[in-house]
Amino acid sequence: MKAVYALFPNGQSAQEGVNRLRGAGLADRDITILSSQPMEDFEFGHIDKKNYMWWLACGGALVGMASAYGLTVLTETSWPINVGALPVYAWWPNLIIIFELTLLGAILTTVVTLLITASLPGRGERLYDPAVTHGQILVGVENPASESVAAYETALGAAPGAVVKKI
Amino acid sequence: MSHPTGDRMTQDLLRPLLHTSWRFWALVAFFGAIVLMGLGSVARTMVLGYGLTGIRWPNYWGFYITSFVFWIGISHAGTLISAILRLVNAGWRRPVTRCAEVITAFALMIGALFPIIHLGRPWYALWLAPYPSERLIWPNFRSPLVWDFFAINTYLTGSLLFLILPIIPDFAVVRDHSTGLRHKIYRALALGWRGTPKQWHRLETAMSIMAVAIVPVAVSVHTIVSFDFSMAPVPMWQSTIFGPYFVAGAIFSGIGGLIIAMAVLRKLLHLEAYLHPVHFENLGKLMLVMALLWGYFVFNERLVTYYGNGPSEMAVFWRTQRETFAPLYYTMVLCNFVLPLIILGIKKFRTITGCVIASFGVVIGMWLERFLIIAPSLGHKYLPYSYGIYRPTGIEIMVASSTFAAMCLLYVLFAKVVPIISIWEMKAGEHPSPDLMPQALEEHPLGELHL
Repeated sequence: MKAVYALFPNGQSAQEGVNRLRGAGLADRDITILSSQPMEDFEFGHIDKKNYMWWLACGGALVGMASAYGLTVLTETSWPINVGALPVYAWWPNLIIIFELTLLGAILTTVVTLLITASLPGRGERLYDPAVTHGQILVGVENPASESVAAYETALGAAPGAVVKKI
Repeated sequence: MSHPTGDRMTQDLLRPLLHTSWRFWALVAFFGAIVLMGLGSVARTMVLGYGLTGIRWPNYWGFYITSFVFWIGISHAGTLISAILRLVNAGWRRPVTRCAEVITAFALMIGALFPIIHLGRPWYALWLAPYPSERLIWPNFRSPLVWDFFAINTYLTGSLLFLILPIIPDFAVVRDHSTGLRHKIYRALALGWRGTPKQWHRLETAMSIMAVAIVPVAVSVHTIVSFDFSMAPVPMWQSTIFGPYFVAGAIFSGIGGLIIAMAVLRKLLHLEAYLHPVHFENLGKLMLVMALLWGYFVFNERLVTYYGNGPSEMAVFWRTQRETFAPLYYTMVLCNFVLPLIILGIKKFRTITGCVIASFGVVIGMWLERFLIIAPSLGHKYLPYSYGIYRPTGIEIMVASSTFAAMCLLYVLFAKVVPIISIWEMKAGEHPSPDLMPQALEEHPLGELHL
């Protein structure tokens, strides 16, 4: 993998680095930003914020609810048990099972969505520098076009405190 | 309320993982020995039979079910409290949440063992699983025991995921600060976490969704545990108040457990710079509210029984007020109501030491409460042929005691492999300057209230 990136000591300078890369003609999707914490206080920290996880969780909850309903109906009608004058399919107790599996459906869907959309576990070689976990913020470009590398290096280096690296 | 920042924070919180002192091995050996004794007692019961315990007609539920209800209650310390604090964005939650979530995971595991031990023949535990069977016994979805199965497993699954997901970025921190085999292990555990804005957003959204989902699950779990009692025609059990009464008691005992765990971690791992007196004070205030709520429920339960004046109910009532169980009853009231009210109600006493003393009282009191729900009622049902006295044997006392050691052992081991305070969440709590802090992200001011 080929990459050019810079390590920044704080959010302000990283924001400047991102802005300069944009100025050099890069779209947000082409800029790699890595940090050891959410950077909600800066504009670059809001890139890729929009997602449909809540809707998917609701969908998972519906699947959980339908599964619980199916499980209780099919089991109780296939193996009917007579208990104290209750009907074979008793709604009140079954609502407990349906409630639990509905929420379990939402929880499991959320986890699966997180793993898929956040690309976990990560596959293949991706740009990373252990300095990120020491508090540095990495801003860079993965697999840049050869003719643009110099321009990106200049753009990143112009931001205050930047340590530019190339691999 | 300030903490060390940046690299200093990372070093402090990784120290217990990267350096092992003799204290760690001493604690593991001590708690491990007690756990082994407990396991030995369980094995002895399995080989020689249930006659070794005091569980016999009419007291088929004793120390084991008491411990089951107690540990499920303690589990409410973590995920529920953590989820609520996350939802209201209380800034002071950051050093507390993981300590709390771990309690939930381990307390649920320990609690869930007791119904299996209680079976007497644990190898038949698979009959608890709701699979279709020609025996026409299971699955009976109208049985509260099946509700337990679903509720506890949903809560355990949700709590484990709620605990594990925010650990992934911290595994990445350990990965980058370690070498050799440890580095390889943490690299696998970190799942290739890099810390892109997309990953952070997805993680935070996932945590928000799970916080919303886990609160009703937590409430349902202890309500359903209360149904194990309130659905049975036993004096003083058939009560509509049992659901909220159990939930309040669970949160109450859970906070007690959490305060004790935090105090021990603070001392042993030298986390004084992260777990401040204000954390204990805030949790102490919450415990005070729960003590008042608990007192209200107990008064309500007793008053309604007294006013109803049913002969069987009153027989059980007087057993706890004047007869055999009276000393335990008044100890419970002292531990759960009087002690917290005095210590936590007076600001001067609401120190770390004060909160820990009150918490020990609450943990003891809540265990007694669970016991006093079970033993007096089962030993004095509606007809004289079902009267009897429950006397726990050494085996049961050993098994119940060993679960406390098991909790401590699991906690010690966990703190050895995972940062017990979330590093990234602590860092996220730091803002570069008030000007850069968007209004919408401002921490909820409730956490800073000083009553």
